[in-house]
Amino acid sequence: MTPPLSTEPRHHVLSVLVENKAGVLARVVNLFSRRAYNIYSLAVAPTDDERFSRLTVVVDVESAPLEQIVKQLHKLVNVVKIVELDPRHSVERELLIATVKVPVDDRHQVAELTRIFEGRILAVSHDALTVSLEGHPSKIDDFEELLRPFGIAELQRTGRVALAKLDREPTRLHAVSSSRGKVS
Amino acid sequence: MQLNGGQALIKALEMEGVEVIFGLPGGAILPVYDPIIDSPIRHILVRHEQGAGHMAEGYAHATGKPGVAMVTSGPGATNIVTPLADAYMDSVPMICITGQVGTASIGTDAFQEADITGITQSVTKHNYLVTEAADIPRVIREAFHIATTGRPGPVLVDIPKDIVDPTNPRSAMEWYWPTDEEVIAGLPGYRPTTVGHPRKIKEAAELILAAERPIIYAGGGILKARAAEALRELAELVEIPVVTTLMARGAFPDDHPLCLGMPGMHGNYTAIMSMQESDLLIALGSRFDDRVTGKVPDFAPLAKIIHVDIDPAELGKVRKPDVPIVGDANLVIVEIIKAIRELLAKGTTQPDLQPWRSTLSGWQETYPLAYEPPAEGDLLKPQMVLEALRDSAPEDCIVASGVGQHQMWTSQYWKFRHPYTWVNSGGLGTMGFSVPAAIGAKVGRPDRMVWAIDGDGCFQMTAQELVTAAAERIPVKIAILNNAYLGMVRQWQEMFYEERYSEVYLSPDLPDYVKWAEAMGCVAFRVEHPDDIQPTIDKANAIDDRPVVIEFRTDASEKVFPMVAAGKSNSEVQVPDFQRTPAQAAQKETPQ
Repeated sequence: MTPPLSTEPRHHVLSVLVENKAGVLARVVNLFSRRAYNIYSLAVAPTDDERFSRLTVVVDVESAPLEQIVKQLHKLVNVVKIVELDPRHSVERELLIATVKVPVDDRHQVAELTRIFEGRILAVSHDALTVSLEGHPSKIDDFEELLRPFGIAELQRTGRVALAKLDREPTRLHAVSSSRGKVS
Repeated sequence: MQLNGGQALIKALEMEGVEVIFGLPGGAILPVYDPIIDSPIRHILVRHEQGAGHMAEGYAHATGKPGVAMVTSGPGATNIVTPLADAYMDSVPMICITGQVGTASIGTDAFQEADITGITQSVTKHNYLVTEAADIPRVIREAFHIATTGRPGPVLVDIPKDIVDPTNPRSAMEWYWPTDEEVIAGLPGYRPTTVGHPRKIKEAAELILAAERPIIYAGGGILKARAAEALRELAELVEIPVVTTLMARGAFPDDHPLCLGMPGMHGNYTAIMSMQESDLLIALGSRFDDRVTGKVPDFAPLAKIIHVDIDPAELGKVRKPDVPIVGDANLVIVEIIKAIRELLAKGTTQPDLQPWRSTLSGWQETYPLAYEPPAEGDLLKPQMVLEALRDSAPEDCIVASGVGQHQMWTSQYWKFRHPYTWVNSGGLGTMGFSVPAAIGAKVGRPDRMVWAIDGDGCFQMTAQELVTAAAERIPVKIAILNNAYLGMVRQWQEMFYEERYSEVYLSPDLPDYVKWAEAMGCVAFRVEHPDDIQPTIDKANAIDDRPVVIEFRTDASEKVFPMVAAGKSNSEVQVPDFQRTPAQAAQKETPQ
């Protein structure tokens, strides 16, 4: 079965600034689990300010209204700021690596495909190739779909990371700016 | 000043104004118990950690101050999970200190190790695992700040043994006490909104003055925000009737002409139907709980909604409000009153509410709360016991209850005249809540009479805390409505499971409640005949130096009415058979 694409309309991207403290990721994930909200993908790493980490969460809003998810997330004491990133006003990137089982005779087709997408070949063996591709999640979706007929042995995507786009009007904060809506 | 972590912890609690700790020591928390001997803080030694948690809750309910419980690691900590969940559901300010194995042993499955911060993540407002002795004062200050501001709730602080053990160098620390500013700066993600948005407040005032069938839907948030006076002023200013939810009993006086009593699954007919027929629900510190709304799509279908809550996540969670206001109930109500007065001064007029009042009083006359008195020789009716207890108690008496039929009857039949006189487990519905909660309430308010109304099923869950009460000379009074059944479950089996009574019978005399209570150091009575109700209550009320238990033998066939069956619309509320019109009775007979 084909997995849902990461760029479907039911997916919304939240950029969540949290305190860089032990257990904070567990609190966020536990909240999604206990309130039956679905996470599509999650990426997390410290920011330039060591006191904070940024989570990019792609949520599936079929499980709950986005507003409720955001408000409940905001109730976590360690969550500092949440911004919903509108795809039209943000830059998004994701990384894919995949090992494709492919006989020597067909190897050039995978290599060609990877070249067209401006990906890289990371490793080669007698009957397989490991390739990587960095780019917009929709491009990654396309690449994954075109790789599939060759026979994907293993695949890992990082989940998307995103930031608000520069040189445009500021991304509208989705009822979540810290001046209002901040909770209890 | 050099202190060890254990001393710092107790000193921090003293600095926060803590008067009493409910707790039970054990290996990991031992070093913190040592400085308690030299502290002015009273410690009450419970018999089970669940008791400590519910006592802290009862103390908080009755005083408005945060309750403090302290237990050891592992089983001590897991035993207090239920009270934490209870406090979280009912927004009770509470601090729970748990011992933990030493930092070097965390994660090794050490003796009495439990990941209590992981376990309690979803039942606390916040929790801490403290890893350095120097962090103790800051964390305790933050914990009290978080527990008592915004939407109140329980905060757990887990303290590894090495940072409080004076024989361990890791416990050494230099004492300090953070300022308010430092506390706030240390919590960049925690900024509760207390002041309502002025434009929304004006919109609310306009809607209120335009409504023809308005109802104030007052919830537990009124009590948390100390807003009972403001609520009364608002209701009287615009003469709008008030329903008080299970968590808000006492927030508006039951003997006030505008009071309609409790709505919900076992609310009274008028309170339920007033919301159903209303054109404006003014929800103040209430959360559209499923026990209040019944089937949500059919709830108050004609009503516009003003929803005031300090927790933004409650706005729109169940029902989309027309006017959402995030803020402290007291501050927001005061501002709404101002806005209404301004509009009235400018000449805005209210529609005539007389037709609405007539409708309401018509329902009150047709469907009062009522029960049929027992026939000669029958067991006692629980309602008559409650009426006698109520009429014999001073009007500021604090009443605690467990969970089930007795809880609903108490909420229905007690006449609450003052805020903070009702202590119960609403959201979580924790059986066994009443005995320890009553003890905690009495510790907080020793000047008040405190009655716990309990069921026989509930009593058996936490009765051991009466040993605590006897030992500590805490003179609470317990009324057990003993119908020998898990009564509410029995009622559901009778009504919805074709009278197939599965595992609900408890026996009236096993245990012997009088002997049991006496063994725990209480004075105990048994009442089986209606003539003995009053004299026995009088005897119990006269005792003020030790706990008293009265066991009332009540009729198991008595059911709680009115009732909205689970998942049904509030419009399908069932009244007792003797209140049905012949047409309704005939309809009931018709096969579905």
